[in-house]
Amino acid sequence: MDDLLSEFLTETTESLDEVDNELVKFEQEPSNGKILDNIFRLVHTIKGTCGFLGLPRLESLAHSAETLMGKYRDGATPTENGVSLILETIDRLKEILEQLEQAGTEPEGSDEDLISRLDAMSQEAIDSLEGTTAEPEAPAAEETKLERDLKPGEVSLDELEAAFLAAPGPEDEEAAGMVEPAAAADEPAPEVEDFSLEEEAEPALELEAEPVAAAPEIKPPALKAAPANKDEAKAKEGSAVKAQTIRVNVETLEQLMTMVSELVLTRNQLLEMVRRLDDSEFKVPLQRLSNVTAELQEGVMKTRMQPIGNAWQKLPRIVRDLSKELDKKINLEMIGAETELDRQVLDQIKDPLTHMVRNSGDHGLETTAGRLQAGKSEEGNITLSAYHEGGHIIIKIQDDGQGLPTEKIKAKVLANGIVTEAELAEMSENQIHKMIFHAGLSTADKVTNVSGRGVGMDVVRTNIELIGGTIDLTSVEGQGTTFIIKIPLTLAIVSALIVESSGQRFAIPQLAVVELVKSHAKAEHRIEMINDSPVLRLRNKLLPVISLSKLLGHENPKPMCRQQVIDQQTEETEDGADSEVAQKAASLAADPSVFVVVVQIGGQTFGIVVDAVFHTEEIVVKPMSSMLREITMFSGNTILGDGSVILIVDPNGIAQAVAHERGGVSEVSQQDASSTADLIHQDEKTALLVFKAGNSELKAVPLSLVTRLEEIDVTSIEKSNQRDLVQYRGKLMPLVYINEHLTHKEDGLQPILVFADETHSMGLVVDEIVDIVDDRLSVEISSDVPGIVGSAVVKGKATEIIDVGYYLPKAFDDWLEKRDIPNPLQRELKLLLVDDSSFFRNMLSPLLSSAGYKVTMVESASDALLLKDAGEKFDVIVSDIEMPNMDGITFAEHLKGDGSWGQTPIIALSSHTNPDVIARGRQAGFRDYIAKFDREGLIECIRECKPVHEQEAAA
Amino acid sequence: MTSQSKGIEGNTSEFVTVEIEHQLFGLPIEQVEDVFMPEAITEVPLSNPEVAGVLNLRGRIVTAIDMRRRLGLNARKSDGPPMAVGIEYNGESYGLIIDKVGEVLQLGSNTYEKNPANLDIRWSSISAGVHRLDGHLLVLLDVERVLDLNSDRSNAA
Repeated sequence: MDDLLSEFLTETTESLDEVDNELVKFEQEPSNGKILDNIFRLVHTIKGTCGFLGLPRLESLAHSAETLMGKYRDGATPTENGVSLILETIDRLKEILEQLEQAGTEPEGSDEDLISRLDAMSQEAIDSLEGTTAEPEAPAAEETKLERDLKPGEVSLDELEAAFLAAPGPEDEEAAGMVEPAAAADEPAPEVEDFSLEEEAEPALELEAEPVAAAPEIKPPALKAAPANKDEAKAKEGSAVKAQTIRVNVETLEQLMTMVSELVLTRNQLLEMVRRLDDSEFKVPLQRLSNVTAELQEGVMKTRMQPIGNAWQKLPRIVRDLSKELDKKINLEMIGAETELDRQVLDQIKDPLTHMVRNSGDHGLETTAGRLQAGKSEEGNITLSAYHEGGHIIIKIQDDGQGLPTEKIKAKVLANGIVTEAELAEMSENQIHKMIFHAGLSTADKVTNVSGRGVGMDVVRTNIELIGGTIDLTSVEGQGTTFIIKIPLTLAIVSALIVESSGQRFAIPQLAVVELVKSHAKAEHRIEMINDSPVLRLRNKLLPVISLSKLLGHENPKPMCRQQVIDQQTEETEDGADSEVAQKAASLAADPSVFVVVVQIGGQTFGIVVDAVFHTEEIVVKPMSSMLREITMFSGNTILGDGSVILIVDPNGIAQAVAHERGGVSEVSQQDASSTADLIHQDEKTALLVFKAGNSELKAVPLSLVTRLEEIDVTSIEKSNQRDLVQYRGKLMPLVYINEHLTHKEDGLQPILVFADETHSMGLVVDEIVDIVDDRLSVEISSDVPGIVGSAVVKGKATEIIDVGYYLPKAFDDWLEKRDIPNPLQRELKLLLVDDSSFFRNMLSPLLSSAGYKVTMVESASDALLLKDAGEKFDVIVSDIEMPNMDGITFAEHLKGDGSWGQTPIIALSSHTNPDVIARGRQAGFRDYIAKFDREGLIECIRECKPVHEQEAAA
Repeated sequence: MTSQSKGIEGNTSEFVTVEIEHQLFGLPIEQVEDVFMPEAITEVPLSNPEVAGVLNLRGRIVTAIDMRRRLGLNARKSDGPPMAVGIEYNGESYGLIIDKVGEVLQLGSNTYEKNPANLDIRWSSISAGVHRLDGHLLVLLDVERVLDLNSDRSNAA
C-alpha cells in the first residue's frame, strides 16, 4: 500500500471517530453551530481526499452525508433519524476503510441504499427549511448542489473556510493541484472552492459560480485579521500542534523502549559495582549517567503514553446506540480522559472497558419506567473516570442504576454449582457480588443483543489480570454499581520485591503485594494449621498462606511461626533497615522466622511464605524462554543489578495454586499429632467422610486416610494409556472411579478425594461429598463386593465403608510394592500389626506397605505371641490397645522381658490418648503412643524407631 | 578444514566438536553462536530436569540445558570448569552445557552413517547420525530435537 493511502487511512479513521463523537454531542445540542461546523469540516475533508485518491464509493457516501449536514447547517432542524442516518453512513465508511486497508483497493459494492436515503433526508430538510424561511438571513435554496454555497455570507461558513485555510492537511495540499478534474466530474463547486483556496489560486475562484465568488472576498480578511472567534483560534492552535507532531512507527518505539530497558539494566549493574567501592572516581560521572538514563527512560516512556481518552473514544457512540436500542435515557460522563498510560496497556483495556460500559447501560441502569418508579431521574448516569495513583491508573465505571441483584446471583451460583449453600452462607454480600467475575455467570434474565451471554465479566477480569491489573466492585442495591479497575501504567518496567526462598532469590511484582508480615516465634499470633493448610491470623481475619518453597517443589520449608506486622510503607521507605532485619533473621538460625508476603489478586487475598525479604528493585520483565513458559508460577525473568538472573513469580499462578489448595474442605480439624494430649476423647469416634459415588447409597471413608479434597474441572481430565489423569501440583495424578460403569460428568467441577503419600497420589472420583461426621465406626455387615469393607451405621444411616486399599493399586500397580526406590534402607523392614478390627487392619496395611514395610497382620495378641513362639522376627510392632482377651498393655508387658522380641520397638495404637493411659503404656514398654487415625504420625513414629533398632542390631 | 582434510569426499560441512563423558559430539557450525563458561546459573524450579537453569550472558537471558542429563548420564565429577555452547533457536538463546569444547572439523558424507539401531533411545532421539573418524566416533546432535524436551518425554514413555 502506498504511503499516501496508508496516511489517508490513519487520518480518516481518526476523523471518523471524531465525527462519531461530535455527532452524538450535536444530537444533544442541535443549536451548537460550532459542533456542526466541525463535523462538516471533517466530512468535507474526507470527501475531498477520497475524490483525489480515486475512491468513488467513499466519496459519494461522504458527499451525500455532507449534503445532508449542509442542510442542518443552513438551519433545518436536525432530526434523530437524520443523525442516525449519518451515523450509519459513518459506519459504512468505516467498513469500507477497513476493507480498503486490507485489500489496498476500495471494495466492490453499492451504497445506493444509503445514498438514496440520505438524499431523501436532504430533501426533507429542504422542505422543512422552506417551511421555516422566516429566518431573515436564510436564503431559499435554489438547487441542491449549490445550496450550501449560497450561504458563504454567513459567519458559519466563513469560519469553516477559515479553518480550512488555517489547517491544511498534507493531502489537501497535494490534492489541490490535481483536484479539478476529479471534482469537476461530480460536483464542482465546493471541491474546487476549497482546494483552490488553499493554493490561493485566484483564477480558479473566478471560475466559480457567482454566489461563491463572494466568499473569497470575505475570507482573506478573516484569515489575515486577528482571529476573531474561538473556532478559528482553535484551528490555528490545532495546526500549530500538528506541525510539531510526527508519526512514528510503533515498532520503532518498541525497539527504543527495549534499548532503554537494557540501558537501565546496565546502569543498575554499574551502580551495584561502584557501590562496593568506597572511594571511586566513577561515582560522579556514574551519578550523572544514572540521572540521564532515568530521564531518558521517562522520556521514552512518555512517547508510549497516550491519553486514556483514546480508549474511550467510541464510548459515546456506543452509549447512544445502546440508549436507542434499549429505549433508556443514558448520560455518559467522562472524567479524566487526559490521564495517560502506556499504549500497550491502553490497547488491552479498550475492549474490557467497552464491555463494562455496555453492561452498565444494559444491566446496571433500569428502564426509564423503572427509574421513575424508584424515584430517580429519568436519565440514567454512567460515569467513567480515570486518575493516577502511585504507579497505577485507576479507572472507575459508575452507574446510578439498580445495583447488583444479590439474591439473583446467589440463585445463579447455586444453580450452576459454583459454590455450595454452606459456602454461600459464609460469604459477605460483596463476595457474592464478586461472583459475577466467575466464568459462565450472567444475571441478565434474557440474552440481549448487548450483553447477557455469560462470557462477559470473567473475560473482563482475565483481560485485566493479564496486564497485572485488578478489578473490584462495590454495589448497593437500588443505588448503583461501581467497578474499580487498577492497572499498572506500564508493563515494561515493574517494581518488584526481591525475596528468598530455599536459598534462591525470586522477584514478586510489587503491584500485587499488599503488605509484608514478619513471623517469628515470639509474637502473640502465629501461623496455624488447619488440616494441612497453613493459615495466618491477620487483624482478626484468617488468611490462607502458602509456602513458596513448597509451591516450587523444594522440600522442607522452614517451619512457620509467629508474626509481627510490618507495614509495606515502612518497608518501602526503610529498605536498608529492613534488609538488615532480614539478614539478621536469617542469621539467627535458632529463631526460625519467615516472612509472609500478603498479595491480592482479584478478590483473593493470601500470603506467600518466604524465608527472607531483601529490597524492592525496578526490573525489566523479560518473557520466559518458550521451553519454560508452561510453568505457571513464573511470569518472566530478569537480570538484577548484580548481573544474576532472577525469576519473577506470577501472583496469578500462585493464586491458582492457592485456589486448588483451598478447594479442599479445610475447616475439618483433625487430631493434630503434636497436640493429641490436649484433646478430649470420646469413645472410639472416628471422623468419616461421607460421600456419594456411582449410586445413591452413602459411602464413607475415614477422613484421616484422605489427604485432601479437591474439585477439578472435568475438562482438565486427560486420557492416557486408557486411564484418566489429571495434572495435579505439577504431576500427573491418576483418577480412579468407584464404579467403572458410572457415567462421567461432561462439564463442570468434579469432586475428588486425593490419597497421597510421598511419591504417589491418586484421585478417587466421587459424585458428591455429603458430609463429615464424627461417629462410632462399627462395621456391622461385611461385604463381598471388592472395594467395600462392609456396611456401617453412620449418623443413623446405612453407609458403605470404602476399602481404600482396593483402589490404591488400581491407580499405581506398584503402590504397595516398589517402595525401595525412595527408601532403600527400609526394604527389609518387617512390621507386625496387631489389631482386632479387620477394618483397621485393612485400612492400615496398605498404608504401611506403601511406606515400605512388609506387613504381617494378626487379629489378637495371642496370635502375635504364637508367631513369636514360631520364631518370627519383626523390626517394629504396632499394636492396638483395646482388644478382647489380651489387651495391648498386657501384650507389651509380656514382650518386655522376652528374649527374642524384647528389643523390638512396639508402638501403641489407640484413640485413648489421655496422659494417664500414655504413662501406663510407656511403663508397659510401648515406645510411643499414636492416635488411631494419625497415619502420618504413625509412619513418622515407625521411622523414628528404625535407627534405634539398627543400632541395637549392629551392637 | 586443516586438521581432517584427508579423504573428504562429497558434500562437506563444518562441525563444532564437543566432548561429553569422553564421547565426541558434533554441532553444525552455523547453529553455534558462541562458546562460553556458564556462570551463576539460576535454577528454575518445576522445570524439566534437563534444564539446568537460566543465566545472564552479556545481558541476554540464556536457558541452559544440561547435556549430561539430556543424554541420561550421571553428573560430572569435577575436572575442569564446564563449558557451554551458545545456540540461537527460534529467536531465543540456549546454552548446551558440555564437558569440553574441541576443534572445528570438516566432515564429508563418506564418513556419515545413520544412527545404529541399538543406540539408546535417549541418544538416538536427539542424534542425527554418526561420523566414523579415525580412532573414534562422532555423534551428530540435532539441535532442534535437543531443544525439544517435551516430545522426547513422550517418545521415551
